[in-house]
Amino acid sequence: MTAISRSPNPLNLKERIKLPRQAMPEQPALKRAHEFTEVNLGYSEELARQEALRCLECEKTTCVDNCPVGVKVREFVSLIVAGDFQGAAAKIREDNALPAITGRVCPQEDHCEGSCKLGKKGEPLGIGYLERFVADYEQRLGVHTQVTAAPTGKKVAIVGSGPSGLSAAGDLIQKGHAVHVFEALHEIGGVLVYGIPEFRLPKHIIRQQVDYLRTMGVEFETDVVVGRTVSIDELMNDEAYDAVFIGTGAGLPVFMNIPGEHLNGVYSANEFLTRINLMHAYEFPKYDQPMADFRGKDVGVIGGGNTALDAIRSALRLGARKAYIIYRRSDAEMPARQEEVKHARQEGVEFQMLTSPVEFLSDENGWLKAARCVRMKLGAADDSGRMRPEPIPGSEFDLPLSVAVLAIGTTANPMIQSTTPSLRTNKRGYIEADSVTQRTTRKGVFAGGDIVTGSATVILAMGAGRRAAKSIHQYLTTGQW
Amino acid sequence: MFKITQAEFLAPGIKRFVIEAPRIARKQKPGQFVILRLYERGERIPITIESSDPARGTISVVVQSVGKTTHLLNSLNAGETLLDVVGPLGKPSEIVQFGTVAIIGGGVGVAMAHPTAAALKRIGNRVISIIGARTKELVILEKDMREVSDEVMVTTDDGSYAAKGFVTDKLQELIKRGERLDLVLAIGPIPMMRAVAEVTRKLAIRTIVSLNPIMIDGTGMCGGCRVLVDGKSQFACVDGPEFDAHRVDFAVLTRRNSTYRTEEKTSMDEFRESHRCQAEESRL
Repeated sequence: MTAISRSPNPLNLKERIKLPRQAMPEQPALKRAHEFTEVNLGYSEELARQEALRCLECEKTTCVDNCPVGVKVREFVSLIVAGDFQGAAAKIREDNALPAITGRVCPQEDHCEGSCKLGKKGEPLGIGYLERFVADYEQRLGVHTQVTAAPTGKKVAIVGSGPSGLSAAGDLIQKGHAVHVFEALHEIGGVLVYGIPEFRLPKHIIRQQVDYLRTMGVEFETDVVVGRTVSIDELMNDEAYDAVFIGTGAGLPVFMNIPGEHLNGVYSANEFLTRINLMHAYEFPKYDQPMADFRGKDVGVIGGGNTALDAIRSALRLGARKAYIIYRRSDAEMPARQEEVKHARQEGVEFQMLTSPVEFLSDENGWLKAARCVRMKLGAADDSGRMRPEPIPGSEFDLPLSVAVLAIGTTANPMIQSTTPSLRTNKRGYIEADSVTQRTTRKGVFAGGDIVTGSATVILAMGAGRRAAKSIHQYLTTGQW
Repeated sequence: MFKITQAEFLAPGIKRFVIEAPRIARKQKPGQFVILRLYERGERIPITIESSDPARGTISVVVQSVGKTTHLLNSLNAGETLLDVVGPLGKPSEIVQFGTVAIIGGGVGVAMAHPTAAALKRIGNRVISIIGARTKELVILEKDMREVSDEVMVTTDDGSYAAKGFVTDKLQELIKRGERLDLVLAIGPIPMMRAVAEVTRKLAIRTIVSLNPIMIDGTGMCGGCRVLVDGKSQFACVDGPEFDAHRVDFAVLTRRNSTYRTEEKTSMDEFRESHRCQAEESRL
C-alpha cells in the first residue's frame, strides 16, 4: 500500500491502522469527582497530529454522511496532519457554528466515529477529540470568519439560543441576513448553559462560541419569553421580521406521578441542573441561588440518559456520599454517551440497573428519606424497539436517599403553540415541521430541535438549525413558500 | 439592564418601584408577574406586577424585604438598574362579570390584588375589598383600593388601626350580613389564604388564591414551582399563579417553600453583616 496521492500524510494505510487511538488526557477520577473543573483536558498539538495520522482518508466518507451537520471530516483531519490547525478550524466552521461545543458533547459514537472504518477492527478515529482540539486552538488564536455576503435587508428572528438556534444563526448571518436571537433566560446558550455541567462543557467555552457569532453580527436579546413577552405574530407584524425560526427546546419536565413526589428533596433534573449550572448554586453563598446541602448525603438520579449522568456526577461534586443511577432497563439500553458512563463509573457512581422507584418515602419533617424501588426484567420490545421493562412482583426494597432527581424526559412546552394561531402541533404537543425544510404550517415560520422531535441531542438540534437556515435563505431570496 | 425610574417606600420594608420595561408594559395583564435578577451573582425571584404604563414603557412592582435579595432590592433607588426583568409570566386573572367579588389582600398582597380589583371593577363587578396588615404602619395602598372598590374594610392584627383582627373576621362579617359573594380572591401569606379557603369552602363560594412557590425560570422548564392541586402537579409559573383555593394543598406548599430555610438564613446573615441594614433604615 502506498500513501494516498496529494495527502500530507506520509504513512501508508497499514501503518495508519497500526497506530493506537490517542487517549484523551483527563483529570484523575478521584480528584475531579469533587470539582466542577473540566474532566477532559484536550489534546496537545503533538497528540492531535498523532491521532490525525490514523485517518484512512476513505474515498467514501461515511463519517461525513453520518454527521447531522455534515462536517467535512476527512478534509479537516488532513489539514491537521499538514499542521494547518487554523485551516482545519475554518473547514469545520463551514458546516458547524459551535465546534468547541460539539467537540465536547456530541455522541460521536452514534455519528462520525460510529461509521469510521478504523472502528471495524480497532478503535475509530478520535474525530470529536480532534474537532475540540482545533476549535480550542482557534479560540486561543482569536481569529474570526468574516461575513462576506452583502446584506440582504431581510430580518430573521430566532426564538431560543440553544444549539438549533445558534446553528441557524451562524448560517443565516453568513448569507447576509440580519439575525436577532431571543432568549427567555438571562444567559445565551439554552440547554448548553442550564443543562450541561461545567465539568463537561465549561461556560467560558459557550461564551466564546456565542461571542464568535456576535462578532459576525448576530444580535442577542435575553429576558424575552416569546409567547409571553412578545408573540410570533407581533414579531412578524409589528417588528417586521421576514422569517422566524422556533428552536425553544424540550420544555416541561416529566414527573413519575408516584406518591411522595412533592417531598422536599425531590427535584426534576431540569431544576437540579439549572440551579447548579445556570444559577451557580454549587458556589453558594458566593452566588445567591441556594441548593440543598448534599455533603454526606445519599443521592439517586432516576434515568439513564446524559441528563441523568450529568445530574449524578454533579451530586458527587456537591459532596454526596453515595451516588446512584437508578435505571429501569439494563446497561445496553442506556441512551447516555459511552464516555459519560465510563467517567461516571470511574468517579464512583453506583448503577442500580433494572430498577424503578414506586414511591418516595418521607421523614418526619416532610423531607425525602428513601425511595421504595422495584426490580425490573426486560419483556417484549415496545414501540421504540427497546425491550419493555416489567416489574418483578415482590422485589420491592427501600433505597435510603436524601435527594432524588428525576431525569426521565420532558414534554413540549405549549407556550408558543398556544399563542400562535395556525401553528399546527402533533398529538404530543410538539410543533409540526417538515423534516427537510423545517417549515411549519405557518408561512414564514420554521421550527427545529427538541420542540419538533422531542428530547434529542445537541448535534441533532444543530442539524435541524442548519436545514432551517438553508430553507429560510431559500424562502427569503425567492419569496416562495 | 432595566432602569428604575421611581422608588418610594409605602411602609417600613415595603417599597414600590417603577421600572423601564417596555416589552413587558405592552403585554402585562392583572395577575401576572415578572422574575427579577439584581446582579451577576444574584438569584431569580418572582414578583407580581402591580401596574403597567404601556405609553411610558414602565411597570411597577411592590416589594417587601424578607430575604437577602428583597433587602438588596429595597436598598435601590431611582436611577439605578436591575440586571434582568423578564415577563409578563403566568396566566392573567380571569376578568369577567362575576357579580359581587370580595378581594382580600394581606400585607404586601394588597399590591398584587390591586390590579385585579381594578380590572374587575372596571367591567362592572361590585368589588368589596378587605385589607389586612400586622399593624397600622404596614397598611398599604388603602387609598388606591378605595378608588377601585365599592367598599373597603381594613383590619390590623394588633388593632392599632381600623378593626382589630384578621381579614377572615371581615369576610365572616360580610357573609353574616347576607352578602352573596360570587367570587373571593385572596392574595397574601399562605396561612391567610388557607384560612380564607376554609371559610369559603363550607359555603362553596368560588375562591381563587395566587400562589408564591419557589421558582427559577418561570417558563415551565424547571418544575420547581410545582404545587399540588386536586392531587395533581401543577406548575405555578405556567398553570398559575392563581388556583382554586379549595383544591390547593397548602401544607405541601408551606413545606416546599421551607426547603432552603437554612441557606436563606445564611444569605441573610451574611447580608446583614455586610450592610447592617443601614441603607434601608436611614431612608425611612
